[in-house]
Amino acid sequence: MQIKIERSPAPVWFRPLIPLLAIVFTFVITASLVLLVNANPLSAYYYFLIDPLSSRVSAIEVLVKSTPLILTGAAVTFAFVGGYWNIGAEGQLLMGATAATAIGLQMHGVPAWIAIPLMILGGFLAGMLWALAPALMRVKLAIDEVVTTLLLNSVALLIVSALLNGPWRDPISQWPQSPEIAPSAIFPKLIPRSRLHLGFILAVIVVILVWFVLTRTAFGLRMRAVGMGSSAARFAGINVDRTMLISGLVSGGIAGLAGVTEVAGIHYHLIDAISGGHGYTGIIVATLGTLNAWGVLLAALFIGLIDTGAQTVSRALGVPVYLGDVIQAALLLVTLGFLLLQGYRIRWRRKG
Amino acid sequence: MDDTLFVTFLVGLIAATLRVATPLVYGSIGEVITERAGILNLGIEGIMFLGAFAGFAVAAKSFEAGIGGYLWLGLLGAIVSGVLMALLMGLLTVTLGLNQHVSGLGITLLAIGLSLFGFRLVFGESSVLPSVDPFSQLFVFGETPILGPIFKQYLLTYVAFLVLVPLAWWLLYRTSFGLELRSVGENPEAADAAGVNVFRTRYLALVIGGALMAVGGAFLSIAQLGAFSPGIIAGRGWVCIALVIFARWDPIRATAGAVLFGAVFALQLRLQTLGFDLPFEVFLALPYLVTILALAITGRNANYPGAYLKPYRRE
Repeated sequence: MQIKIERSPAPVWFRPLIPLLAIVFTFVITASLVLLVNANPLSAYYYFLIDPLSSRVSAIEVLVKSTPLILTGAAVTFAFVGGYWNIGAEGQLLMGATAATAIGLQMHGVPAWIAIPLMILGGFLAGMLWALAPALMRVKLAIDEVVTTLLLNSVALLIVSALLNGPWRDPISQWPQSPEIAPSAIFPKLIPRSRLHLGFILAVIVVILVWFVLTRTAFGLRMRAVGMGSSAARFAGINVDRTMLISGLVSGGIAGLAGVTEVAGIHYHLIDAISGGHGYTGIIVATLGTLNAWGVLLAALFIGLIDTGAQTVSRALGVPVYLGDVIQAALLLVTLGFLLLQGYRIRWRRKG
Repeated sequence: MDDTLFVTFLVGLIAATLRVATPLVYGSIGEVITERAGILNLGIEGIMFLGAFAGFAVAAKSFEAGIGGYLWLGLLGAIVSGVLMALLMGLLTVTLGLNQHVSGLGITLLAIGLSLFGFRLVFGESSVLPSVDPFSQLFVFGETPILGPIFKQYLLTYVAFLVLVPLAWWLLYRTSFGLELRSVGENPEAADAAGVNVFRTRYLALVIGGALMAVGGAFLSIAQLGAFSPGIIAGRGWVCIALVIFARWDPIRATAGAVLFGAVFALQLRLQTLGFDLPFEVFLALPYLVTILALAITGRNANYPGAYLKPYRRE
């Protein structure tokens, strides 16, 4: 028997296994950190992965935590598939949250069926607007979008901070947080007495739409062609600039929606920690989900589980809650490496 | 404002400018060296963070153990942490040829996560923030008016401006290693054909850069503040990314950019304390906006290193 590693595309059945292998490998290496705290890695992973699902309250919390991640993951996917490296989901989320707050504050006396769609639309447009300059610079001036989208994240955070220290500063407490949005602008709860809100449904709808556009439309086909190589796509007669511009803008809009759900579903006002890095986590979600809409949904649920589990494991075993962040970051790097396996296949060959 | 007050204000401003610019000089020169070898290291924000943590943690624990040179050990700890992260970045982007920007962001997230995890691990969850006696400032001109207060700076600030900047310039433009480094960033195929070890050169650039970024972070924790907090870096790594592009990958221009931003930052802080009601965020957003604007103006002629963002694979 001979084992041979060839450089050719891995079999189709193997590809979905890559993220699972990455997860197992990540848990093996992060076990060393659990051992540092003198805790048992197996029981730590029980609290990470199983315990949160064993009670109704914490299982719902997983869905709550994954809601913005589904959206930022879908946003990043929509850009990356089209070969547009949008690193700016964080800033686009913040602008979506800002727009949602601005609209939500004005909705006193306006019925919910007007207020909520308005906020969703406003958040989408704000995210899109924030993505406009880098996308235009990429398309018109061939300026690399990685750095421009990244730098605009810091600018967006400064805008939020300026609003919270200026016109929106809470007049009573003087805290840097905006006044509360109108009651009719608050997302209704899906399950009474829980934190699960309409945003989760919105996120799932976005996943379905992204799946549909990417796999069932001519535009999705063009996007994937551009993503694989813009010169070949251009040669095939695709309007590369237009395709890239649209994928960058829609990506920004989707990220803006994540800001809407956090304001209207969780906090009801704007704070500067409204995101806390969901935009960057979206890159983890998109990578772990292998740039596939359903993969993004699963990956976001998994990261939501880790986020919830990190708190459980911290309470139960005294492992610092930041282990969850370390696992997520390690997962990104490991998945990125393991995805190389897509390009190889192992052949067993009988001799003779 | 009368004259003496104005002079005091100006002197304070200049002194603060140099202080604020110091971590940015370390960070942006580290990033210049890395990017000149063809690697955009977006891990900088995390590496500065980890450097600040590792420097502080090692210093605080060495102090507890009664070691005299605890701050120097802290600095060494920071350098080691920066080198380790740079090696990981090298494994991902040089050896495996993975996507540089996603890898870099992953390094940032990992380094920040590890620092916060480590902080809890080492210092527990006490309500009092731990602190160490930081490096003291050197009074080069003693109590002389004007020059005295301006040159009351940390050793690491003098090293940054008087040693690091000329050294980086000399290394990049006047040594054969610098030539190799730039050729590897400009055209790795040609460099390889000319006998330059592309992989080794890129690793070296990453390691030097990572060490400098970590020192920049450690300056904040073990010189300026004597403490570590989660808000310690607060986007300074991203400022460095902006400065490097604004400086078109040149160490001298990057330093000038760092001083300029240091001045703007110090000025807004002073105006704030003087009671001017300014949206200080406008000043803080300047380096990002100016860089993006500069990119938009220079456009296609932005002089990127030729192999920017491109992994190198030997066929």
